[in-house]
Amino acid sequence: MSYTLGQKQLDRIEDILKADLIDNGVRCVCLIDMAGNIVANLDNGEKQHDIYSLAALAAGNFGAVDAMAKIIGESEFSLLFHKGKRENIHFSKISSEFLLITIFGNEISLGFLRLKVGESVGQLKGILDPLFSRNG
Amino acid sequence: MAFVNLKTKMIQVKIVYYGPGRGGKTTNLEYIYRKFHQRIHSEMVTVKTHGDRTLFFDFLPFDIGIINGYQIKIQLYTVPGQVQYNATRQLVLRGVDGIVFVADAMAVRRENNIQSMKNLQANLTSYRKSLDTLPWVIQYNKLDLREQGIPVMSVAQMEQDLNRRFKRPVFPASALKGANVVATLKKIISLTVTSIRSELA
Repeated sequence: MSYTLGQKQLDRIEDILKADLIDNGVRCVCLIDMAGNIVANLDNGEKQHDIYSLAALAAGNFGAVDAMAKIIGESEFSLLFHKGKRENIHFSKISSEFLLITIFGNEISLGFLRLKVGESVGQLKGILDPLFSRNG
Repeated sequence: MAFVNLKTKMIQVKIVYYGPGRGGKTTNLEYIYRKFHQRIHSEMVTVKTHGDRTLFFDFLPFDIGIINGYQIKIQLYTVPGQVQYNATRQLVLRGVDGIVFVADAMAVRRENNIQSMKNLQANLTSYRKSLDTLPWVIQYNKLDLREQGIPVMSVAQMEQDLNRRFKRPVFPASALKGANVVATLKKIISLTVTSIRSELA
């Protein structure tokens, strides 16, 4: 099972991520699927990360957290956040197939980030959900 | 679940090395990493236990160049082979496009190979996938151990155990020495890319 995204859809996705997240001070944002593929990736130009490795680990990590949720009787943990000294990572599930990863510094509050991520996720669902219901 | 990006003209493909614990899956990836390090622009990611066994997976992204105008990025993964890590194996198999089953040719590992193959089939079923339809190959690893006097199964015996029904391409190999590691990789890439192309056609 493969899926395809066209220029128009990817431009729209990048516009959303830029306007909601990068323009609001997020350092790096990455939209991945649960197989670990990178759908879109934007950063503020300051730092380059090894995003392919990050995506593989994030997909596995999120899958592991999902499995833990089921063990304790939750249907899912839809939010995951790691705090570092200077950099923080926030994971947000968009659907059963897609995950949004944001890397941000301490100048942004987690509350503000969650608000902006929530707005992005709502818009991204509009593009990504029909894609997967069509592809099965 | 290959992803085709029409904007960047890139296809990302996931290939998983599966098989019993200590069979040589990580050694395959380590050899590929050493052999092609100029074409691999990032470090190989490994998540290991203190005992140096794969705990989560190994990961190696690998550019194979342009086919029909599309840049193909192969993402190689291994799974942890030990029986108790099945939840992790299931996670890694998510969205798999092609599989290399690395069987251990040591005679004492016969049952481990058979169990691992059954486990692979069961895990694929949970994603509504099957060895009957997925692109996959078998590598019979450690055949060189015969030279050291270690009891090793014949290819015919392993074919009977693992490949009788499927008749998939097989590669007698030594992952440690690199024998047939690249041939195995080339075959699974070719089968997987062909399968994705026909799926998208």
